[in-house]
Amino acid sequence: MPDARSPELNDTQIPALARGLRLQWEEVPQTWVLLYPEGRVELNGSAAEIMRRIDGKQSIGAIVGDLQRTFNEPDLRADVIAALALARDHGWIEVSDGT
Amino acid sequence: MAREGIAFPQWLNLELTYRCPLHCVYCYNPLDYADTIGKELSTEEWLRVLREARALGAVQLGLSGGEPLLRDDLEIIVREARQLGFYTNLLTSGIGLTEKRIAAFKEGGLDHIQVSFQDSTRELNDFLSSTKTFELKKNVARLVKQYDYPMVLNVVLHRLNLDHVDKILALALEMEADYVELANTQYYGWSLLNREHLVPTQAQLDKAEAIVNDFRRAHGNKMKLYFVVPDYHASRPKACMNGWGKIFLNIAPDGVALPCHEARMLPGLDFPNVRDASLETIWYDSEAFNRYRGDGWMKEPCRSCPEKAKDYGGCRCQAYLLTGDASNTDPVCVLSPHHKVVTDVIQRAEWAATGTQPLVFRLDKNSRAHSS
Ligand code: SF4
Ligand code: SF4
Repeated sequence: MPDARSPELNDTQIPALARGLRLQWEEVPQTWVLLYPEGRVELNGSAAEIMRRIDGKQSIGAIVGDLQRTFNEPDLRADVIAALALARDHGWIEVSDGT
Repeated sequence: MAREGIAFPQWLNLELTYRCPLHCVYCYNPLDYADTIGKELSTEEWLRVLREARALGAVQLGLSGGEPLLRDDLEIIVREARQLGFYTNLLTSGIGLTEKRIAAFKEGGLDHIQVSFQDSTRELNDFLSSTKTFELKKNVARLVKQYDYPMVLNVVLHRLNLDHVDKILALALEMEADYVELANTQYYGWSLLNREHLVPTQAQLDKAEAIVNDFRRAHGNKMKLYFVVPDYHASRPKACMNGWGKIFLNIAPDGVALPCHEARMLPGLDFPNVRDASLETIWYDSEAFNRYRGDGWMKEPCRSCPEKAKDYGGCRCQAYLLTGDASNTDPVCVLSPHHKVVTDVIQRAEWAATGTQPLVFRLDKNSRAHSS
């Protein structure tokens, strides 16, 4: 079922971190953080699992598949797409059309 | 490394030097900055500060000044910072940024560059910074693009350039800026000294804000625009530094550790120096960093105000500069019994055509006149 907020995101598209952003594990707060010029966001567990899989090569479909296998959950697609749409709307990721 | 009740510092800012080729009339450096010349930390000392701050949990790094490019070890500092895992931001006027240096920064892992511009018209730009730098800065903007950094422009706004906001934005567009920060002047140090020249009229502000909003509608997809409203014209103070000693740790060129850029001039506070103590001791244990933590120090009206958790009673430095007591409510707040000192300034700006005192440029000789 396509997410209402992001009708145009689909399995073949490829997300990448936006230019200048960095994702890294931080020891002191024990969280994954997304770093950008004016600040940082601490990611919750599931957001971190999604963002860590974004490498500019894997398609959305592949990321969904990977997450479903890793967590042994059959039905994560809608959640992942919603999270990616949110990340894109914040300007954290850019999504290009796969070939 | 966090300690009970005290959050770890997230943001480390290194004021690498107070030397600067520019002489901005609103410079946020201390009036007596010239005292630090000749006492700057060595490369090794800066690298130690980086390591200690990283161990405490700091991840955002600002490299500022003065003009940080005047440190010829900036490349070494950038490289070490990046290797430690800092997200590194260079805040520069751009003067001295050659292709060779930017290539080295890129290679060393610098994440981000912010270039400040005084104004869009060459005459005013040169007048306000009191030097001939405008063409140079445009070249710098081109270099920043060429090395695939987002183009981030910072322009300090005030009475003398607010009417040029449209031209400033047109120039930003021409330079393909990705982000533009229009920051209205805050009044400390040099800008306080020059305040009567710099405080805008309400009409100027309204007009500028309308232009900014139009621009956002037309070009918001290409360029992100931030317009920071001046706090004198607001009814509540800003949550200064997001709280004293809460996330921000500033190190002055001579190693003095501060909870904000301006705090150095507060009397009665003995700010520790990284030459004498570890950052851990400074952040968690020093009397200066603990002085205005939490809300135990607050007086009325802040003490019993429901908004104190949101704005921390405003800025300690502004409270001191305008009321003589750093633990007073920031007088920008309409609830402050001293609020009139702010409205008087604003009112004066409404009817006065020009300042009565000459503009004071930030120059070493002017600074020495303020040295202690
Ligand atoms: S405000 Fe101007 S004079 Fe002050 S450090 Fe920045 S560029 Fe230099
Ligand atoms: S009284 Fe103090 S806490 Fe309340 S809004 Fe004003 S500055 Fe903030």
